[in-house]
Parts: sequence; structure tokens; C-alpha cells
Amino acid sequence: MNKYVERLYNGIVKENPTFVLMLGMCPTLAVTSSAINGMGMGLTTTVVLMASNMIISALRKIIPDKVRIPAFIVIVASLVTIVQLLLEAYVPTLYDALGIYIPLIVVNCIILGRAESYASKNGIFLSMFDGIGMGLGFTIGLTLIGIFRELLGGGTIFNVSVTPSNYEPITIFVLAPGAFFVLACLTALQNKLKMPSATNGTGNPAMSCGGNCTSCAGTACAANHGLIEAQKAAEKAERAAAAKAAAEKKKAEAEKKETMKEDAKKED
Amino acid sequence: MQSLILIMISAALVNNVVLSQFLGICPFLGVSKKINTAAGMGAAVIFVMTVASLITGVLYNLVLLPYNLTFLNTIVFILVIAALVQFVEMVMKKTMKSLYNALGVYLPLITTNCAVLGIALINVQKEYSILTSVVNGFGTAIGFTIAIVILAGIRERCEYNDIPESFKGTPIVLITSGLMAIAFCGFAGLI
Repeated sequence: MNKYVERLYNGIVKENPTFVLMLGMCPTLAVTSSAINGMGMGLTTTVVLMASNMIISALRKIIPDKVRIPAFIVIVASLVTIVQLLLEAYVPTLYDALGIYIPLIVVNCIILGRAESYASKNGIFLSMFDGIGMGLGFTIGLTLIGIFRELLGGGTIFNVSVTPSNYEPITIFVLAPGAFFVLACLTALQNKLKMPSATNGTGNPAMSCGGNCTSCAGTACAANHGLIEAQKAAEKAERAAAAKAAAEKKKAEAEKKETMKEDAKKED
Repeated sequence: MQSLILIMISAALVNNVVLSQFLGICPFLGVSKKINTAAGMGAAVIFVMTVASLITGVLYNLVLLPYNLTFLNTIVFILVIAALVQFVEMVMKKTMKSLYNALGVYLPLITTNCAVLGIALINVQKEYSILTSVVNGFGTAIGFTIAIVILAGIRERCEYNDIPESFKGTPIVLITSGLMAIAFCGFAGLI
């Protein structure tokens, strides 16, 4: 598969941020009261994610390693401000519907997560496609949840009435509690079908923390940090020892040669 | 005075930050396994959110607003909050050892807590003065603490219950939060 298409597939299906990685839960729950809101939020995030991935990837060799997180945050915050002003000017209805959740894209973990784990290590175009793929995966997730909530809670999909007129909508699904219930049923379904997800135990061993978010609470990160540091120190010591050994070997060889030379001289 | 109390009750109970505004879901689901840790997280959030509301309120009302720089809100607030959390952690480590030991682990987690940035932005949106911002921030943090401690209590009980296989783990926590959200809807008539 073409590596660019592979990035899109990875974002939309294999590592879908909503269903598999369970990232960015706040907007997922907050803005999905209707399908169109979910889609708008998803597409806004996609634009920010694509642009931030491109910029961070382009600057990855300039940003010093120690201050990379603040640098990423400034880049993302600037982009979010631009997008917010654009939305306010050209799509005011969506701007009003999403409200405070637009500036809160800054703290959406998907964006910093992709910047840290992908864009800061890969080329500009690959990062761009990674951003598009992840963004579309997020959009699809939010739109699907939005469709279910709108259908159950209001009997419409994208503001088009689809249920018979005698259907009494379950209003609670468009209110706050409904968001929790829909997401709960969804993750339960994933557990039932044993589909790959951050919530059903197995986790993703490729991630440094094991990827098991149910047993983590953010503590694994700190624990892992110590482990990785120790590992790094051990590796460094090993390398130093190896270098030392090599140097000694060289020295020994040189000495050997010299003694051989001397021996040869003596024999002469 | 009366309006301040009303704002505080509204922030803590009626418009509960987690259950009706969906801010700070990650720590709410992640750090709610035990009542002790949940209370620690709540205390750290109360502290940081109150201080952050004060500082962002001062910055907004005295710097950004007079110089017409309000479009820089998001950038300024997130940087100030990130720096503030680091600073608070360092000061605590030096001067208040026991408090640091109790809250230390949770402080770095708060930087990524969208509730702190969310409250700063809500204060701006509602055009609160500095004092009102602080009260709103404090009330919101109290609301967060109430919600997370209740959830932790329910989860400790749930541990030994017979839950359907596929609902074990996150799904049952989400269902619990949903039921709590319904209960908190009852406060809507309070004000």
C-alpha cells in the first residue's frame, strides 16, 4: 500500500482516535448532541491537526528537545486562534453551536499526541497525511455518535426527520446524561466483540505505556519515565564500556604489533 | 455578596463542570478509582483553578482588554496556566513539603485538564470581573471535587458487584456518570 494511503487508513480505521485510542473525550461527549455539530467539530479539529502536524514536522529540527512541548502548545494555540476567527467570520452558526469548545481544541490530547509521537519524527507530507487521517477518523467518530444521539433524542438525522410522526423522541439522549449512555453502550459493544480498543484490556504493546488506559490514570507515564531513564543510562554505560574495551583492544593490538616489530628487529 | 454566592452555587451544582459541561473528563474517568486519590486530585484542582482564575482574570482585565489584544486569549491563557502549574509545583516542593507530598503527583496532570482553561475562557465569555472570576473558578473546582469523590465512592462499591461481562471497566463508569448527570439535573430548579 502507498505509504500516504496507509497513513489515512491508520488514522481512520486502525488507530481511530475516538473508538480505538479513546482520545479527546471532552469534545466527543460535549458537542455530539446533533450530527452536524459533531461533524463541524471533527472538521475543525482536522484542519488544526493537519496544519499543526505540517508546521511541527517542518520545524522538528529547529525546536530544541527540552522546550518542545511549550513550543508545540504555542503553535497549536496560534492555529486554533486563526481557525476560531475564521469560523466566527464565515460560519457564525457553527461558531455559536460549538462555543467554548473551539478554543479548547488546544488541550485536545489528539493534537499534542500526534505532534509528539508522529510529526516530530517524520517528514512534512507524511505528517500532513497523518493529520488528515487522524482528523477524519475523529470526524467519523463524532458524526456517528451525533447521528445516534440525534436519532434517539430528536428523531432526526442532519435535521431531516426520519422517524414516523407518532414516535416520541427520548429527549434525554440530546441532554448531558445521554452522551455518557451512548458512549458507554459503544465501548460495551467493543468489549463484547473484543475489538481493539484502549478500554478492553489488551492495550497496545507498541506504545511505551502499554496503551492500557483503564489501568493507568496517568501514573504509568511517570513510572515509565523512570524506567526509560534507567534504560537509557544503562545503554549509555554499556556503550561507554564497549568504547573503552575497543580502545583498550586497539591499544593492546598496537602494543602487540610493536612487540612483534621489536621481536622481528631482534631476530634480525 | 448575594450574587457571588449564587454564582458559586450555580458553578458547583447547577452547571457542574464535569456532568453538564463535559470539561475535565479525562481525570474524572482516570483518577476516580479510590476515594483518597480522587480527593487529592480534587484538592489540587481547587488550588490550581482558583489561582489560575485569579491570574487569568487580572491579565485579561488589566492587560489584554485595555490594549485590544483579546484575540490572544487562548495563547496567553494556556501558556500562563502551564507555567503556573510548573511554578506552583516548584514553590510547593521548596516550602510546603507535606502539601507537596499529598498533591505533587496530580499537579502535572492538571496542565492537560481542559477544565482549567475552560473556566478561564468562560470567565471571559461571561464578562466576569476579577473577584467574580475567582469565585466562579473556586465554585467550579468544588463542583469537580464533589463529582469525582462521589464517582470514586460508587466505583469502590461497584468493585465487588456482579456486572455484565462486556460492561466491565470503562462502560460501567460511563453509565454511573450518566446516572449522576441525571441526578445533578435535579439541581436545575435551585436557582
